[in-house]
Amino acid sequence: MSKTFVGMPAFPKNAAKAVQDSQLRFNLRKATRTIRNKRALVVGELADWPGLRQAGKAIKDHTLRNLDRYLIQLEEAVTAAGGHVHWAKDAAEANRIVADLVKATGETEVVKVKSMATQEIGLNEALEAEGITAYETDLAELIVQLGDDWPSHILVPAIHRNRAEIREIFLDKMPDAPPGLTDEPRALAEAARLHLRERFLRAKVAISGANFMIAETGTLVVLESEGNGRMCLTLPRTLISVVGIEKLLPTWRDLEVFLQLLPRSSTGERMNPYTSTWAGATEGQDFHLVLLDNGRTGVLADEVGRQALRCIRCSACLNVCPVYERTGGHAYGSVYPGPIGAILTPQLRGMSTELDRSLPFASSLCGACYEVCPVAIDIPTVLVELRAKARHPRAERLGMAAAGWVFTRSVRLARAQRFGGRMRRLVPKRLPGPMSAWTDTRDIPDIPRESFRAWWDRTEGGTR
Amino acid sequence: MTSRDTILGRIRAAVAGAPDVEIPRDYHGPIFPEGPADASLIEHFAERVRDYRATVHIVPADEVPAAIQAALSARQADRVIVPEGAPAEWPPGTAGESLTPAQLDEMDGVVTTCAVAVAETGTIVLDGGPGMGRRALTLVPDYHLCVVMAEQIVPGVPDAVARLDPVRPLTWISGPSATSDIELNRVEGVHGPRTLEVIIAT
Repeated sequence: MSKTFVGMPAFPKNAAKAVQDSQLRFNLRKATRTIRNKRALVVGELADWPGLRQAGKAIKDHTLRNLDRYLIQLEEAVTAAGGHVHWAKDAAEANRIVADLVKATGETEVVKVKSMATQEIGLNEALEAEGITAYETDLAELIVQLGDDWPSHILVPAIHRNRAEIREIFLDKMPDAPPGLTDEPRALAEAARLHLRERFLRAKVAISGANFMIAETGTLVVLESEGNGRMCLTLPRTLISVVGIEKLLPTWRDLEVFLQLLPRSSTGERMNPYTSTWAGATEGQDFHLVLLDNGRTGVLADEVGRQALRCIRCSACLNVCPVYERTGGHAYGSVYPGPIGAILTPQLRGMSTELDRSLPFASSLCGACYEVCPVAIDIPTVLVELRAKARHPRAERLGMAAAGWVFTRSVRLARAQRFGGRMRRLVPKRLPGPMSAWTDTRDIPDIPRESFRAWWDRTEGGTR
Repeated sequence: MTSRDTILGRIRAAVAGAPDVEIPRDYHGPIFPEGPADASLIEHFAERVRDYRATVHIVPADEVPAAIQAALSARQADRVIVPEGAPAEWPPGTAGESLTPAQLDEMDGVVTTCAVAVAETGTIVLDGGPGMGRRALTLVPDYHLCVVMAEQIVPGVPDAVARLDPVRPLTWISGPSATSDIELNRVEGVHGPRTLEVIIAT
């Protein structure tokens, strides 16, 4: 991707534009409905799902509480197994480490397995600046990369594209696309297979992320579907994995929980087609693990917000969110869109831009995301917490201060209610000035002639 | 100060004073069934593998070599990899240890054993042991035929995790390679083997 999210306007502006795109809304509606139903079916198959969910939550919380200890244990295990461990405070340092490792091999091309962490740090752009070309190999990532587009979903970055659009992109940007290419998903997958085959077979360096790292054994775990992950993890001589420090699990046994939670929550399958696990340098490879902080320790310091670090990037919360379904992922201006993005992005990046301040408000607080989350992240609670931290518009602050003044004394409230009752016919349907931001999307409730409290006093609770 | 020290220091400051958490294990753990797998477990596994649009045969153990031969003939697979350590009575093949990725790509298929199989999810797991070989052998050829012994089938994921060695390179395979990247519909056949065939030996 050659594009970045820097300088994007706030969520409401992006959303207002996105909902006008009827093709986008149709694509999203179709895709999210499909995946929601699939997920519900396979989650319903497991009678012990609530128990797995609670275990998943607790394992992550325990790991985060003892993250320093487990990271050191992981480092020892990976090193003992012949791997090299690097630590990166931020994106710049991680990109520097990876670029230097690639240069040390003398190669100028790398193949990549889809990884949220490397998208977050803008690794492809950083490598490009160093003269290294990174080829995305996941089908959806390929569609995004070829289309010079932005990812709009954690699991399926090209969810906003339908088959006809994908066919267009392939014919346009893939020199080896078969001329008679149809928009059949099978034909499109076949075109991607042919396009990447040679590249896989000659690749010398691969870059991946990981879904889990096991502290006890130094094992890394990658879940995938297409086999592009296996190609990258297995064939090249050098493997570099960039992984967020929160991806840790203490013991091998903990996988029995997450290998059930993740596939069912993400693609709605009992199991994804391929899962690879390896510890250190495997089958003669050079293996480098880059442990990435990039704001995660800041999130960890927030007592309420730290639960966002439990996230296993399944994207069930995106698929179920009524806001995401209508706006799509681009409106969030981050590689992490949807409900989890609305709490993760402002915590990772800080709330210094208008866009990042607006993200905690990109929700109706309906709570569907919390319900489907396999590690029980209470997203609505974190959203409310972040809203309190965001600087609110002046008109809203004044209004809230005035309301606070009225509500703290019952005499003031009674007086305000009497006044409102008398003036009720004079209240306009739309408020003037900055208050119009409120009434643009809402009706002002009808003001009753008499308040409930006044009625109660007058009639002694309806007895007179 | 190294980045390692900085990150560890930030973590310690961030969680200082936070309470630790007990991990509840209120879910179905490993079962470790006694004796050979019963017929219903075998059928459950077969049904789940078929769900991924893989072909499944259930045959008596002594008919496995013939079943392999029949499957290979049906596909007209001549250049076949049979990794080191596979049972001697299986049809012969190339061990494949020294083949380059490009050479592997010219092979018609690969026949392997497995380490463990999961009934609940229709998954087979390879660990590089006898008859499985290195990971590329079951990745590059377009056809994978896997022989599962009935006693290798376990009920659920926790059973498989308990039986496997975390230090060995593992590959968990659930059906042929697939993608859900186009309109979130599953399509079989991308970069891994596009055809997966499983023989269950009882």
